[in-house]
Amino acid sequence: MPDTPDIADRRDAVCVIGAGASGLVTVKNLREQGFAVDCYERETGVGGAWNWRHDRSPVYSSTHLISSRPLTEFPDFPMPDDWPDYPHHSQLLSYLERYADHFGLRDDIWFGTEVVAVTPGGEGRWDVTTRSTGGGEERVQRYAAVVVANGHNWSPKPLGVDTSRFSGRVMLASAYKDPAQLRGRKVLVIGGGNTGCDIAVEAAQQAEKVWHSTRRGYWYTPKFLFGRPADQVNARALRLRLPLRVRQWLYHRTVRLTVGDVTRYGLSEPDHRPYESHPVVNSQLVYHLGHGRITPVCDVARAEGSIVELTDGRRLEPDLVIAATGYLPRFDFLTPDLLDVDEDGRPDLHLHAFARHHPTLAVVGLLQADAGLLPLAHWQSVAVARWLRLRVTDPVHAAAVQQKESSRPLRSWTRLRVVPSSRHWFEVSHTNYLRALEDLLREMEPA
Amino acid sequence: MASQLVRFADWTSPVPPVRREVLSALPHPDEGRPPLLFVPGLGHAAWAFREHWLGHAAQRGYAAYAISPRENGSLRAYVHDVVQAAAGLPRQAVLIGHGAGALLVAQALARYPAKAAVLSAPVLGGWSALGTALRTNPRGTLPVLFGGPLKLHRRQLFAADLPEADGYVNRLTRAPLRVYRQVFEAPDPQPPVGSPPTLVVGSPDDRIVTRKALDRAAARFGGAPLLFPGLGHDLMLDANWQEPIDAILDWLEKQLAA
Repeated sequence: MPDTPDIADRRDAVCVIGAGASGLVTVKNLREQGFAVDCYERETGVGGAWNWRHDRSPVYSSTHLISSRPLTEFPDFPMPDDWPDYPHHSQLLSYLERYADHFGLRDDIWFGTEVVAVTPGGEGRWDVTTRSTGGGEERVQRYAAVVVANGHNWSPKPLGVDTSRFSGRVMLASAYKDPAQLRGRKVLVIGGGNTGCDIAVEAAQQAEKVWHSTRRGYWYTPKFLFGRPADQVNARALRLRLPLRVRQWLYHRTVRLTVGDVTRYGLSEPDHRPYESHPVVNSQLVYHLGHGRITPVCDVARAEGSIVELTDGRRLEPDLVIAATGYLPRFDFLTPDLLDVDEDGRPDLHLHAFARHHPTLAVVGLLQADAGLLPLAHWQSVAVARWLRLRVTDPVHAAAVQQKESSRPLRSWTRLRVVPSSRHWFEVSHTNYLRALEDLLREMEPA
Repeated sequence: MASQLVRFADWTSPVPPVRREVLSALPHPDEGRPPLLFVPGLGHAAWAFREHWLGHAAQRGYAAYAISPRENGSLRAYVHDVVQAAAGLPRQAVLIGHGAGALLVAQALARYPAKAAVLSAPVLGGWSALGTALRTNPRGTLPVLFGGPLKLHRRQLFAADLPEADGYVNRLTRAPLRVYRQVFEAPDPQPPVGSPPTLVVGSPDDRIVTRKALDRAAARFGGAPLLFPGLGHDLMLDANWQEPIDAILDWLEKQLAA
């Protein structure tokens, strides 16, 4: 691209896209490495997905964390220790707002500003085109590096079924906010993920009739095991470095003993082993199944008139269908080749973070794990910031690190076997992943 | 060294919450300088800073806080409380630890990116601290080896003929025995996060922390100690208390301007 005079050169500054949890840690950790930072946020506040005021926020009034506080907080800014094991989403937002204020991050955030395009500007630099969400002129600025932290829970995956001729109401889970929307309705909830299960449970308490459609069998982890948050119990097993097979067996035994056999309620047997998909953490679903308040059903085949037909031929007559079919990551401002996106829309990134062919382009927070995302995003951004710093201070060392990292086996940080689904490819085991990151951080330390 | 990223102890057995005593003196008007969090050493509590330093820091425009150790705590719980208190402040804080409080600060620095840190007459743990304690105060320290309490003498804490000295010594409390052991057995703290500028202050006439220990502590944090001859170990209570706190705040101003 020719150097046009209207490109404002921000020199060594780094551009961060998004001011949710991942964006905020990235701004803070880049600043700790001495970078000037411009962070662009299309919404008017921090918090991203956790800010219920944002249209694209997926949270509903009853959303609580599904990983417990110690496994969810930032490693260098703990949540108040008198908060519950599983804080409410509003607490998480206030935590992120306090984080932003504590470290004075808002000075570097441009709110109400959307990133339209990020294109290579030569010599590893990037031209970032921004525009006010209210409209107006586009602006192009040149940065030394770009860190994408735009989240992956804001663009709902479309429902695979055509509902245009269905006479009832169809709602995406992202539009579901309050149980009052369910009161007295006949509700069909589609999707067996955490959101789908939460909404099914709420519907069980509010709606007249609830069907819950899932495509496959899942492992439903209770929120508490032996009086402790389940992820803390899991961390104990990880601490003992038990092999995966042993942990899977232990998990299986524990769930059998506590939750029992869920096929009794009409759910299907899980088609995968524990730890091979993102955990569904819900204690109440099985409870309401056992009270007959939720009727489990199989996948939806078609919807027409007032009827929803299932793949097994059964016909339901819901007046409200809620599609909790999940969300997909989206990077509209980048051409797919920059992140090596394959035909299924999956970027191929080193450690799910570093663009393989662009050393000054990284993504933070594109992970799902058996623990909270915030600590992983924190360490990712520390690694990105130190990497960008190392490139400037010691290019020879940086090249050596890059060389060494390119030979890091995939299996050391990815899940080998995960269920085939459009979002499980970025599922990681948080301890394996953190160990890989720690390794990278150690390599980058000055010799 | 234990992993900094994989923190099983924190994940599987989090420190139970308590109500923490945090005393404060706030400036009017608050011009947005970073807040100071003072961390007392063993036997002391927040009151030791309220005597002089909190008010003086507030007069110089700093929101100043001091935390008391929890009852029946452990080294780990104390560090947890320091990090909790720091993260609860409205802005990135400066951690100032005195005596074994400096050890708490040094460990807290690995868990909280402080704006800056000050280690005052630091007892940074390890068996060398026990050696020094045995040399300077054999009668008070020996019992610790056999499960007895550590006794501090007023002459160890205060250099000058301080009229309030007896009153202060009477206010000292006994930390749980395991804490003394944990201080002596404490491994080197993990490296600080966010690389905060760190200052070591002390007195060459301190009868608990030797000159050599001060030099060692300062060297570890990349500098030379700032010395205040004539003062005892308890810099914040001794007759000449104003000199060290003014020097600390002057240093801080220089760091913040940089």
